[in-house]
Amino acid sequence: MALTREQMAMRVARELEDGFYVNLGIGIPTLVANYVPDGIDVMLQSENGLLGMGRFPTEEEVDADMINAGKQTVTARPGAAIFDSAESFGMIRGGHVDLTVLGAFEVDQNGNIASWMIPGKLIKGMGGAMDLVAGAENIICTMTHASKHGESKLLESCNLPLTGAGCINRVLTDLAYLEIKDGAFHLKERAPGVSVEEIKELTAGKLVVPDHVPEMTFD
Amino acid sequence: MAGFDKRVNSYEEAMAGIESGMTVAAGGFGLCGIPENLIAEIKRLGVKDLTVISNNCGVDGFGLGLLLEDKQISRIYASYVGENALFEQQMLNDEIEVILTPQGTLAEKMRAGGAGIPAFYTATGYGTPIGEGKEVREFNGRPHILEEAFHADFAIIKGWKADRYGNVVYRDTAQNFNPLAATCGRITVVEVEEIVEPGELKPDQIHTPGIYVDRIIQGSFEKRIEKRTVREA
Repeated sequence: MALTREQMAMRVARELEDGFYVNLGIGIPTLVANYVPDGIDVMLQSENGLLGMGRFPTEEEVDADMINAGKQTVTARPGAAIFDSAESFGMIRGGHVDLTVLGAFEVDQNGNIASWMIPGKLIKGMGGAMDLVAGAENIICTMTHASKHGESKLLESCNLPLTGAGCINRVLTDLAYLEIKDGAFHLKERAPGVSVEEIKELTAGKLVVPDHVPEMTFD
Repeated sequence: MAGFDKRVNSYEEAMAGIESGMTVAAGGFGLCGIPENLIAEIKRLGVKDLTVISNNCGVDGFGLGLLLEDKQISRIYASYVGENALFEQQMLNDEIEVILTPQGTLAEKMRAGGAGIPAFYTATGYGTPIGEGKEVREFNGRPHILEEAFHADFAIIKGWKADRYGNVVYRDTAQNFNPLAATCGRITVVEVEEIVEPGELKPDQIHTPGIYVDRIIQGSFEKRIEKRTVREA
């Protein structure tokens, strides 16, 4: 069975470490905040200038001056800091964020990522994605392994215009957890009940498969 | 306006001197911390062919979206646009030129413009369509692209409180691009919720020092919320 969005978020959350500063993109990455393991404290960075993003506000707490990078109303947790956009991207570009989680349309075996533009469709912009992928050393990309039509999104070389070159080192899809190094995807884990053969079939890029590929477990 | 007293009494006075063809840098992220009354004044004045530097372009009927109604913007530097139908339509009709700029690069181009740095190298955008045609140089084995600073004729800013000297503080995440845009304007106009007496703002808590600010006006704000998300109490 392919992972649900929630299971994908749960799996990514296992990569969190106590004391991590983390930037979560829109979509599945946002859900990761719901699965921070017990006993682990992380600070969420929102690139509009908030380090220490808290919960959504109650109706009474809603404040137009307090939003996240997805433009949702949020709160600041105790210990939060607020700053301007240059400072925010200074900490991103400068490699101070410990983990970045974001979605993508395609990734390839050389760590290239395409996530912002489909030629012929309306282009809304890259927002902070290019800065995030260029600045972070530790990025997990969450995406479905293949399109609805069964076309692989893990490629030899991205077809779509890039968001960043050579910057992705880990990918969590609905079928597998993979690392990217030395010009190949390295299969590390598979979703419960998903066979190595299925993953091979849906991975267009070079795939390195070890003798044993553990199955992910979820409570 | 005399000496260090930068207060003006009307929005007409606040935006005096703006002309068609000028470049305007605006603070704000989405609809958060946007100089809504200064934008409305630009609409009222009807100046056209503006180049706008702003992270976003408002929504239909609010924020910078207002300036689309009479096609006052001919070019925009932004990181994310198209939250508004009118914008999409003008983009598809080639009535507005959009120069998509990575968000961190946009902020840094404003900062650099205000700080006398003509250009800077960044890894952001290398190997992407944004890097095409730009000078590339390797540092520490990694390719970077050269990005040039922004300079604006006017910077329009939304602050929380200011004194008559033009010292400004921002509130929460309404800070965003405001302090940066404030530095890169030839004429920087700040509208705030409250003008306070000199000395009320702690000198070590000032976000934008008055040296960057030319005009201050107190206004009232709608502060529209784009995505209201709440939890159960």
